[in-house]
Amino acid sequence: MKLHEFQSKSCLTRYGITAPPGRVADSPEAAREVAMILGGSRFAVKAQVPAGGRAAAGGILIVEGPDAVEAASRALLGSRLTSDQTGPEGYLVRQVLVETAVNGPASFYLGAMIEPTSAGIVILGARGGETDIEAKVRAGRTTIGRLAVGPNGAIDAAEARAFAARLAVANDHFAGFCAVLTGLAEALIGLDATLVEINPLVLGGAGGFVALDAKIVLDDNAAFRHPERPAEDPVDQPGDLEASAQRHRINYVRMDGDIGLVANGAGLGMATVDLVRAADGRPANFMDIRTTATSLDVAHGIALLLENPAVKVILVNVHGGGMQSCDTVGDGLGIAMRRTGRKCPVVVRFAGNNADFARARLANFGCKIVDCADMWTPAATAARMARPAEAPKAMPLFERREAAVR
Amino acid sequence: MAILASGASRVLVQGMTGWAGRHYSSSMLDYGTRVVAGVTPSKAGTRFLDLPIHGDVASAMREHRIDVSIVFVPPQNAGAAMIEAIEAEVPVIVAVTERVPLHDMVKVRAALAGSRSILVGPNSQGILSPGQCKIGVMATASARPGRVGVISRSASLTSEVIAQITEAGLGQSTTVGIGGDPICGLSMRDCLSLFLKDEETDGVVLIGEIGGSQEEELAEFVAAARPSIPIVATVVGRHAPPRRRMGHAGAFAEGTNDAAGKIRALERAGIAIAPSPHLIGETIRAALRQAADATRERSVA
Repeated sequence: MKLHEFQSKSCLTRYGITAPPGRVADSPEAAREVAMILGGSRFAVKAQVPAGGRAAAGGILIVEGPDAVEAASRALLGSRLTSDQTGPEGYLVRQVLVETAVNGPASFYLGAMIEPTSAGIVILGARGGETDIEAKVRAGRTTIGRLAVGPNGAIDAAEARAFAARLAVANDHFAGFCAVLTGLAEALIGLDATLVEINPLVLGGAGGFVALDAKIVLDDNAAFRHPERPAEDPVDQPGDLEASAQRHRINYVRMDGDIGLVANGAGLGMATVDLVRAADGRPANFMDIRTTATSLDVAHGIALLLENPAVKVILVNVHGGGMQSCDTVGDGLGIAMRRTGRKCPVVVRFAGNNADFARARLANFGCKIVDCADMWTPAATAARMARPAEAPKAMPLFERREAAVR
Repeated sequence: MAILASGASRVLVQGMTGWAGRHYSSSMLDYGTRVVAGVTPSKAGTRFLDLPIHGDVASAMREHRIDVSIVFVPPQNAGAAMIEAIEAEVPVIVAVTERVPLHDMVKVRAALAGSRSILVGPNSQGILSPGQCKIGVMATASARPGRVGVISRSASLTSEVIAQITEAGLGQSTTVGIGGDPICGLSMRDCLSLFLKDEETDGVVLIGEIGGSQEEELAEFVAAARPSIPIVATVVGRHAPPRRRMGHAGAFAEGTNDAAGKIRALERAGIAIAPSPHLIGETIRAALRQAADATRERSVA
């Protein structure tokens, strides 16, 4: 779960890291009020969407006076913000963060994260200024400093000094800088986060460090021990369907094609996407039915495909294993097909546990299917059927199958 | 000999009396695995499936000389269960549990460093040495005893690949699911080096996927070690949208760890890439035949 900027900053404040004074608002009038309460003349009005690249996309406006804050908020709220990190649909702006504008010299990127290779906690740092520095640092292209942190947040003083030196932190600011490092490490552990990032961190007017922007990604697997976590935003994003599928124990990623994919397991799901593309088809989604999903969960997942008007054909590629057998998916497909009035050709490949049983279940549901024996045939068949000119040619195949089933 | 576990391995089940523990303990026993005891702290001293239940791993270890422990403990306590097994010096620990918090895995890996244990997983389907033992949750119908080792991050695709290998007239020495999480115990590289030391493994199939850097690390190892047996690989997720998590927590391509980058690294190390995921069985059969021909020519010469 990604936190919004205002949530991230309020978390960091609890770990002793300073953010500019400010508050979130959901209407232009409320934004104006925040500016009045804050006082001063220069304000930053920042669209709250869970994606980077906001400044370049016009999501951050620096304005003078409460009137301008209201006008800027009116322009941002209700608009859709698209940046190079959001995808074409972008994100609807529901809230803006109104802050006292802070300018400061000496800006830094700092990110605390879990490094998978070493399975350790690290803080990466760079002298700031660049816009897409986060991506570069995480991809290992611009790292200037790397500081190892113990599993319980311990930071070695000598290593911290070397790290600060590589980032050219002035000596008089070293103590304040160390406090930020400690805060970052404690926040990463205390929040059960996988990433806590400040970019940029600047020296404020009073001589202390201020986090101008912050990003926190929480580990969803640790939600059970964090009842204090904020509720996830009401969904309206492209992620909507994905969250809805997730509640039904299905991992789902929307893509822009016309072949709806159903597969069990992440590896088989990705392999199915690859096979369809290799057959010149265009997948409408990636699907990974998790092993704990019931047939009703599967029906929900398949309903998402049937509700997508772009989907012309559904391809089921399931290998029944020790944890989930084919008939669970067969039942789910039958239930989904029966619930919807939509006529949509279905190409099926069942292998492994209870494959025959799954085919029998589908026959009982009266589902017309094209039944294939290996992984390549259904991908090629679905790709052919999705091509408009040839669709009618495929029809006799269903009828034959249906007759065979009867 | 298979790797990690054989028919002689004495197996402990942590979390035996829970739903998953009970179900899979029975299926492992049915397969012929030597499950000797279970651990459930609240039920110490009782019997379950006609086996003794212990309160902790150390006491089970003292009494039964455990070779492999399999962890079915829910994510809330799975990290602690793994650390308990590491501290009891269980030689091989298999963690099936999915959704273990990442910070718990940081602590598990810290405990693992310098220990005597090998951890397989978490989020692993387990280890299967066909005809000898099943320590995991996988289907076994299409597995056959044989001489191909399988390393993978994904369960259902492994079932598919095992079926392909069997259909190609071959069998498996051991299949190992290293798990789909970003932080795991045994890496692909270390798993391969176990296979290279196994005299009964003639070839290895590697099922890679986008995200992380395990395939690249394995490629680096292969380029340096120049193994004498053929290795065949596939990397799924070639057409995954960038920066999207594809089911597994660890399947997330960012920067150069996409499928194309991994395939390039593996090819450079001399590993044969299966042209498509449905052709893995044929690819390993061809690679093994080629290796056998080369050996014959050498012996004739």
